[in-house]
Amino acid sequence: MATPHQQMLSEPSIGTSQIPPVAQAAAEPPKTAAPAYKLNSKNLNFFYGSFQALHQISIDITSNKVTAFIGPSGCGKSTFLRTMNRMNEALRNTRVEGDLRLDGANLLEMDVTDVRRRVGMVFQKSNPFPKTIFDNVAYGLRVNGIHKKRVVEEAVERSLDRAALLTEVKDKLHKPASALSGGQQQRLCIARALAVEPEVLLLDEPCSALDPIATLKIEELLFKLKNSTTIVIVTHNMQQAARLADYTGFFLMGKLIEFGDTRKIFQNPGVKATEDYVTGRFG
Amino acid sequence: MMMEISRRRKVINAAMLSLSGICTVLVIGVLFFILGYLLWHGFRSLNWEFFTKLPKPSGESGGGMANAIVGSGKVLLVATLIGVPLGFLAGVYLAEYSGKTFAFSLRYTVDLLNGVPSIVIGIVAYALVVRPMGHFSALAGGVALGIMMIPIAVRTTEEFLRAVPNSLREGAMALGATKAKTVFTVVVPAAISGLASGMMLNLARVAGETAPLLFTALGNTFWSHGWLQPIATLPVMIYNYAIAPEEDLHQQAWAAGFVLLALVLVINITARLIIARGSASSRR
Repeated sequence: MATPHQQMLSEPSIGTSQIPPVAQAAAEPPKTAAPAYKLNSKNLNFFYGSFQALHQISIDITSNKVTAFIGPSGCGKSTFLRTMNRMNEALRNTRVEGDLRLDGANLLEMDVTDVRRRVGMVFQKSNPFPKTIFDNVAYGLRVNGIHKKRVVEEAVERSLDRAALLTEVKDKLHKPASALSGGQQQRLCIARALAVEPEVLLLDEPCSALDPIATLKIEELLFKLKNSTTIVIVTHNMQQAARLADYTGFFLMGKLIEFGDTRKIFQNPGVKATEDYVTGRFG
Repeated sequence: MMMEISRRRKVINAAMLSLSGICTVLVIGVLFFILGYLLWHGFRSLNWEFFTKLPKPSGESGGGMANAIVGSGKVLLVATLIGVPLGFLAGVYLAEYSGKTFAFSLRYTVDLLNGVPSIVIGIVAYALVVRPMGHFSALAGGVALGIMMIPIAVRTTEEFLRAVPNSLREGAMALGATKAKTVFTVVVPAAISGLASGMMLNLARVAGETAPLLFTALGNTFWSHGWLQPIATLPVMIYNYAIAPEEDLHQQAWAAGFVLLALVLVINITARLIIARGSASSRR
């Protein structure tokens, strides 16, 4: 029986030629070794003042895979993402409860700048600093104490290359980043995050302001990156989650309703609410 | 009946329009009258000697205000060195660090300080610097004007830093930058053109202050060496010469007024240019 969501998956979408469909990856025989988890949360609660935005979130994020969070606006997926690099701490009057581990160590008690160097973040709206392209990418290195000219230059070049931006900007590294197009700016922000070689890369709707071509470029880039980096992406675009993610979590009203293999979430969800959402029957 | 009301409305509307129009013309007229009068008298009295010569002893004609021009520069330099760093750092604290309640009281205090009459600030500087040192000085004048610069420096800094989008702060912190690194390597540079021009406008504002200088810098008819002697400044020279009986000194006072106005205008225009260039480059 062809359900609507299966049709959605098999529908030829941009990038299918470059990106192997998730269905193939998920169809591999199950690995015998238990997957390594990069991040684990257990019974995590989060409060904005007296409002509880996250309820008892327990999730294991697998190393070097892409995990996507989907769900309607205000469901807590971005909040959870921002908890994983403790970005919410910068907001006043917030509180987090529960257990959150990075490689088994308590993330909530680690040095916060250390956490953020290891867990990088790319934001919904590209936010290049009002500096040159080079200085944008070098920023993370410099604030982490790396100033040696050659080391910085190499890292900047490597990061721009990994973010698939080098060929477009190599002649204007010392021009202001604001001169780049929207898609280029977002890739610059990814390059900037990659320069400090994070173990985890969090992306908060990184393509929501981009056109399909720029979106495709970023998806290709993420697909390559997952060999070396654990990627967690929040997206409103369900095709994107289906194309990109190995695992998908569905959030609703601050709760993680269902989490599992992307193929299962989209084709055979265990919960009615998930099915309603992925088939678009949900507000 | 309806006709009556609509006629009345039209009459009231026309009356209000002409009233506000007349007031606007009056305000602009007064401003241009002052400017024009100053330009006319000042420019006529201006000559090369004004910039190069010291004041002549009373009774002799000629001479200039070279010492007061340099003196104003020195006093304003001291004022900047005191007012800008203090106000800037307090503004950084206010915009980036302080909690809501404390920020409110700090802001309120700063606004109060801004409203303190300048002569009172002069008395404070007199008590702080002149009394302990036993004599008037350029330093004391600088302290007085520096204190006057603080409130605007604080509020300008706060305003321009708050205008920097939060996404930049988050971007820097997400790369492992500490709060201080974020503020001083991303937020302040992003606001730098606004900050620079705000500080210049602030300087232009105190450049014409006279009252606080009367009993701090005092005045001097000769060159003042170093920073610890009484020093001549343009506003105080204008004050002294304008109330003097000799017509010749009145002419000099006009010239000094003209020079002061030109100085303030130059600072103002430079500041506006910096703002314009800054916002043009951030739009690009």
